[in-house]
Amino acid sequence: MIHQFDTVIVGSGGAGLYAALEASSRCRTAVLSKLYPIRSHTGAAQGGISAALGNVEEDKPEWHAFDTVKGGDYLVDQQAAKILAEEAVRAVYDLENRGLPFNRTPEGRIDQRRFGGHTRNFGEAPVRRACFAADRTGHMILQTLYQQCIKNKVAFFDEYQVVDLIMDGNTCKGVVAVQLSTGELRILAAKAVLFATGGFGRIYKITSNAFANTGDGPAVCARQGIPLQDMEFFQFHPTGIMGLGILISEAVRGEGGILRNRDGERFMERYTPTLLDLAPRDIVSRAIMTEVRAGKGIRGDRKIDDYVHLDATHLGKETLLTKLPDITSFCKTYLGIDPADAPIPVLPTAHYAMGGIPTDTHGRVVRDGNGTVVHGLYAAGECACVSVHGANRLGTNSLLDLVVFGRRAGQHIGEYVKQIDAPKVSEADGDFARQWIARLTDGKSGPHGGHIREEMQTVMMEKVGIYRNAGDMQAAVNAIQELRARYQSVRVQDTSKHFNTDLLEIIELGNLLDISLITAAAALNRQESRGAHSREDFPDRNDGQWLKHSLAALQDDHVTIGYKPVDVSIWKPKPRAY
Amino acid sequence: MKMTLKIQRFNPENDAQPFFQEYTLDADPNERLLDALMYVKRFQDGSLGFRKSCAHGVCGSDAIRINGKNGLACKTLIKEVIQKDGDSVTLQPLRYLSVQRDLIVDQTEFFTKYRSVKPFLINDEEVAEKERIQSPEERLRFDDTTNCILCAACYSACPVLESDPLFIGPAAIAQAFRFLADSRDRGFAERLPVLDRPEGVWDCENHFECTKCCPRSILITKRINQTKKMIEKHKDSEADDRQKP
Repeated sequence: MIHQFDTVIVGSGGAGLYAALEASSRCRTAVLSKLYPIRSHTGAAQGGISAALGNVEEDKPEWHAFDTVKGGDYLVDQQAAKILAEEAVRAVYDLENRGLPFNRTPEGRIDQRRFGGHTRNFGEAPVRRACFAADRTGHMILQTLYQQCIKNKVAFFDEYQVVDLIMDGNTCKGVVAVQLSTGELRILAAKAVLFATGGFGRIYKITSNAFANTGDGPAVCARQGIPLQDMEFFQFHPTGIMGLGILISEAVRGEGGILRNRDGERFMERYTPTLLDLAPRDIVSRAIMTEVRAGKGIRGDRKIDDYVHLDATHLGKETLLTKLPDITSFCKTYLGIDPADAPIPVLPTAHYAMGGIPTDTHGRVVRDGNGTVVHGLYAAGECACVSVHGANRLGTNSLLDLVVFGRRAGQHIGEYVKQIDAPKVSEADGDFARQWIARLTDGKSGPHGGHIREEMQTVMMEKVGIYRNAGDMQAAVNAIQELRARYQSVRVQDTSKHFNTDLLEIIELGNLLDISLITAAAALNRQESRGAHSREDFPDRNDGQWLKHSLAALQDDHVTIGYKPVDVSIWKPKPRAY
Repeated sequence: MKMTLKIQRFNPENDAQPFFQEYTLDADPNERLLDALMYVKRFQDGSLGFRKSCAHGVCGSDAIRINGKNGLACKTLIKEVIQKDGDSVTLQPLRYLSVQRDLIVDQTEFFTKYRSVKPFLINDEEVAEKERIQSPEERLRFDDTTNCILCAACYSACPVLESDPLFIGPAAIAQAFRFLADSRDRGFAERLPVLDRPEGVWDCENHFECTKCCPRSILITKRINQTKKMIEKHKDSEADDRQKP
């Protein structure tokens, strides 16, 4: 069946919904999502969204932009960071005006708190920049945007899994998707397609990410020959619940929480004396792993799953209740402890992809180092790489990225589609997807995906994690290639059409394997340490050779790497100290 | 610990009636019920149908009936439902919504009722300042209702829907209250026709089942009663106005 729209937006988290709000007021818009929209993982973001409102102390967008650049270890495109910081202010007011229930100051203004790497006057001291709604800021953004989509009568296609793009040379003409409820293949022709499919933390064993975060958009792009940018940079959030990886917001430290080792020592004093526990995430995660490796974890056995304590006992029940209620609830549910009485056992958890589908600041996908635009194809949010996060994202900048660049992409799409004729597509455009699904469901005997997924997640966790070296990463590339070969014989166990979640999972596994391969290969290629990419064999940042974005392309089952210059037009790269 | 999941299965393509199927597995008591379901799906039976996403109680995908009680599979630990080795736990889809596959229900009606209360801020006034001013106390008035993740556990728990399928249900009213009690909202009159009718707020009989099961600890029944009071107060003041010369 073929449907025709002006634009199809794939994904209904913060970026997709904001883009949908902008685009739907200008053209025929359809939002496709494999989940119900309010189930998206934007809803799990906790701590805040940064904007230099200056509601509680002096702040400037310029400081915010600088912190973003420095936090990203100078791999951030600086004009994009400037747009992010400047448009942040209007974006936050817009969300409030649309109903978002921010916490308030005694004067009734939007309250703000500290977050890692956000500073006053180019690094002097932490600044209160994160606007927040308790520790449910992402939930409130998602709810508010969904409410606005209801008000503006946006058309949703819930529970559709996108499997392929329809391309005509360098122009995108639509998407191919499976409707989960019927199992039918749907072809959606569109003048413009926006991918807002979110992250892919599920390539790792321990992650804060949802089951749904399987990198569907980037994987589809990669298979269509569009290279992915800066894939070697994957953020491990310092404080995931031990064993489960469930996120414990940086807001706990923003409100005064302290990381301690087995001696009760506030070890961050030794790593980042100015910002202490509020240093950027890559630095704090490495510090935790360094403590664990030195036998200073709580068990002290130096094993990879040893942990440290996040101490919030001195914050008081009142602060925990009004500003960190969900964190308190998670600790009670999953650990059986009250953070007011006992420290929280934490260790780093795979959290956020800095890399993704390369775009310009209007969300248009670019396919090479010269900025060649793929006509009619857009990306925004975690699946995209603008790049405002560079080698390491600052906390609260992800929610900001969604609303700023989701909005910009939606607006650009609205104008772009006016100049374009409706594309012509046919049932044959679904052939790749049809053949993929036909193979998975042909009734032949084959392995199920469970073991392949487990092995992939373990290999990525152990060999392409926080500390990396050439030997491990080469082993990971080889292992993932072997798993990709095994994937060719995987078959579904569920042969029915309606709600075949088995098929959905196995399609997702295919995406995860492609993304794992590209991540491992891009990481092996970059011979320096920068931001979240930390190599034992190349411990220093090397601006002479490596101050450049990588573009990793999937070609005939192998990854080839190209490059793209970094925009350093405002601040000259300097060593990064806090 | 050895445990048995007794799961209600139904595939409309093949099955005339729902039936129960048992799966036995080893599970860590501190793991989530969702972990057990994922284990079955990935290593025992790929055809088992259920929804899931965030796995820590914030997305609302995996609301089901667990030993008859409505809750989230990812916010229920194995040790809460299994006392000793070999125990079993019964899992069924939510009530009042048609089953599409195993534990997956059609949520259309739930969301239609939710949408009927106009769950968005209604206020066309120009914003005088950059943000609308709201005191912390005003913000607190509707705080717990903003936590709603629309999981539909309360809807399935509500005894009233047994007798009146048209009742809009606890979640929709809690969502209406979230805006009615927001000092920035001006949508009371627009929402009144949906709320002020039997299948609006007045069907609620204070069974408290919604409040008891809410995975987000929202005092739903209390919010419903507050909504009723707001409507009564509004009607009283209208009546007063009419009596004035």
